[in-house]
Amino acid sequence: MNLLRDTIMNHFATNATLCGDCYPVAIPQILVPREQFDDIGWLMKDVGARLVAEWGVDETPLGRQYAVLACFARETEYLLLRCNIPHNDPTFPSLSKKLAPAFRFERQIMSLMGLTPTGHIHSDLRPWIKHEDWPVDAWPLRKSFAAGQRMPRVDGDYAWVRAEGEGVYEIPVGPVHAGIIEPGHFRFQAMGEDILNLEERLGYTHKGIEKRFEQLSWNDGAQLAGRTSGDSTVAHALTYCRALETLTGQSIPSRAAWLRAIMLELERIANHLGDVGAIANDAAFTFFFYQFMRLKELLLRINKRLFGHRYLMDLIVPGGIAVNPADEGTASLGRELTDLLKEFERIVNMYDLNASLDDRLRGTGILTAKTARELGTVGYVARASEQALDCRIQAPFSPYDRFPPHVVVLNSCDVHARAWVRIEEIRDSIRLIHELLATLPDGETVIMLTKVPPDCSSLAVVEGWRGEIVYWLQSGPQGEINRCAIRDPSSVNWLALEQAVHGNIVPDFPLCNKSFNQSYSGHDL
Amino acid sequence: MLRILHQIFRTGVVTEPLPEAIDAELGVVGCHLEKAIRKRFHRSLVIREVDAGSCNGCELEIIAMNNPIYNCERYGIQFTASPRFADLLLVTGPVSVNMEIALKRTYNATPTPKLVIAVGDCGCTGGIFGESYASLGAVANVIPVDARIPGCPPTPVQLLHGILQLIEGRDVISG
Repeated sequence: MNLLRDTIMNHFATNATLCGDCYPVAIPQILVPREQFDDIGWLMKDVGARLVAEWGVDETPLGRQYAVLACFARETEYLLLRCNIPHNDPTFPSLSKKLAPAFRFERQIMSLMGLTPTGHIHSDLRPWIKHEDWPVDAWPLRKSFAAGQRMPRVDGDYAWVRAEGEGVYEIPVGPVHAGIIEPGHFRFQAMGEDILNLEERLGYTHKGIEKRFEQLSWNDGAQLAGRTSGDSTVAHALTYCRALETLTGQSIPSRAAWLRAIMLELERIANHLGDVGAIANDAAFTFFFYQFMRLKELLLRINKRLFGHRYLMDLIVPGGIAVNPADEGTASLGRELTDLLKEFERIVNMYDLNASLDDRLRGTGILTAKTARELGTVGYVARASEQALDCRIQAPFSPYDRFPPHVVVLNSCDVHARAWVRIEEIRDSIRLIHELLATLPDGETVIMLTKVPPDCSSLAVVEGWRGEIVYWLQSGPQGEINRCAIRDPSSVNWLALEQAVHGNIVPDFPLCNKSFNQSYSGHDL
Repeated sequence: MLRILHQIFRTGVVTEPLPEAIDAELGVVGCHLEKAIRKRFHRSLVIREVDAGSCNGCELEIIAMNNPIYNCERYGIQFTASPRFADLLLVTGPVSVNMEIALKRTYNATPTPKLVIAVGDCGCTGGIFGESYASLGAVANVIPVDARIPGCPPTPVQLLHGILQLIEGRDVISG
């Protein structure tokens, strides 16, 4: 159970220190010497741990300097490792030599916090999120950087990966691209119709969310968290609130916990319905698109009637939930979901039997199990590539400890698998909601939270519909928000899309992209 | 194939009809909208949606406008991929610093006369993100805006209503 912690403690012995005031107690934070920070890369890789996230923090208000934290997970164990970094030498040894996903995390740490990874295997220090027309020394997450300032635009260039040779050409797409979709830039190197390489360039929707948190009260933070990625508003607000409730050491009324889980599952069903339809649409099958969109709309109307908002925004608040639906409402939810499931099964049956759809989806956009594991993918992207990851199982909280989901793991690793995992999850979420409704406790739905103590931190993970969402909160000297580090599932899964399209044809890119359907806003923050 | 046909007939037309709509509001709005588009745009209003930095919430509702229940195409509203075909830009925000140039280019690529609607609380005012090193706030801070549709996110009916208000030349909805 404590394999990760023991591995680190055995290796570093007296050089590693267990930090205090880090919650929950089950997820310890260990300080290791900066010079040996990269040791944790191979130590963790050898025991089969996954790099969950890596981020920087400026602890100047707390009388310390900078720090870099890395979060690892293996089965049900999560572990935080940190190294302290002095102001006069803002560098740290890179983890990317052993861990591929560290690559983008560290580019982001360097761009936004100004801490330089050293010994980087690819020496790729191109900025990430921060575009080339920002001043080089603008590091917004540092405390010395004023959040409200307007930065001048400077001349700069981005060194794209290039392919050369006879018949090789380049297709730049975006940031404003076809369809009603978030902005991002994709650059394909192609030969004929085959994709040789895809390079993503994101950051267009960077709104300074992490910095914004530092100006808000803990209560208002929940609203901002709910707008990190609008389609995952329940999951993000829930993760934030769970981290906050861990800081104050309070547990919420069980009715609130049950209803939060019901909302999380409703959000999962609604988004999966839309996605399965959209995947069929990108294979030119509008019939399924409209059928699934119709079901999604029915569900949004149920949300509106029962909870008062079509996407359940601002309903998860610190200490519980903002509504308390009447018994008639929750009873009708069960009936309506049963009807919806019947309709759903009828359509899925046709979807499954459709040979031309099958032909487009199977074998397209393969993300091998090995790549999925090495890149630390999460959510349905991981589960469609043989990774049994679902933090409702690995990091359960009430009521998931009593009502675990059936985790669906497929091994065909293609667009079909990513669609089918969603279909199975819709069924399972409806089953879960029925079980939760049958045992829904009575009583209050919200409690007052006590004041957050100064200088402590907490980590929370929640399985949103895209996968594992991570929030790390740290309080400042007056108990205010000093840092809110967010890792949306998209931060790791975007890496996998680049790998999955290799060898596919350019016209299949929309299909591959839709089967991943990662968030731009949640990634760019 | 028979199954597909069967399902199509079984489902029937789910689009909420204009006069006796299940959602009465949608019926009234739609009726006006159709007339206005017929009169002013010769039956076809072409929209380019631009996400200038939103959280994706507004996009969900703009997509829902196209679902078979709201079915905005029946009023002559179409979404286009190219701003060069557009009569109207639906812009969601807040406008991020990294999207400022792309938004201005999209605006310039849209032929005049053109209309711009700022969508959502963030597009109207900057919302919870406000103005910062990374966010320029309201869409009107970056390009000229003809109307605003507030809401977080505005519902499909509110969107249709907002578009109607603008093309009927009524007062701009205040944000």
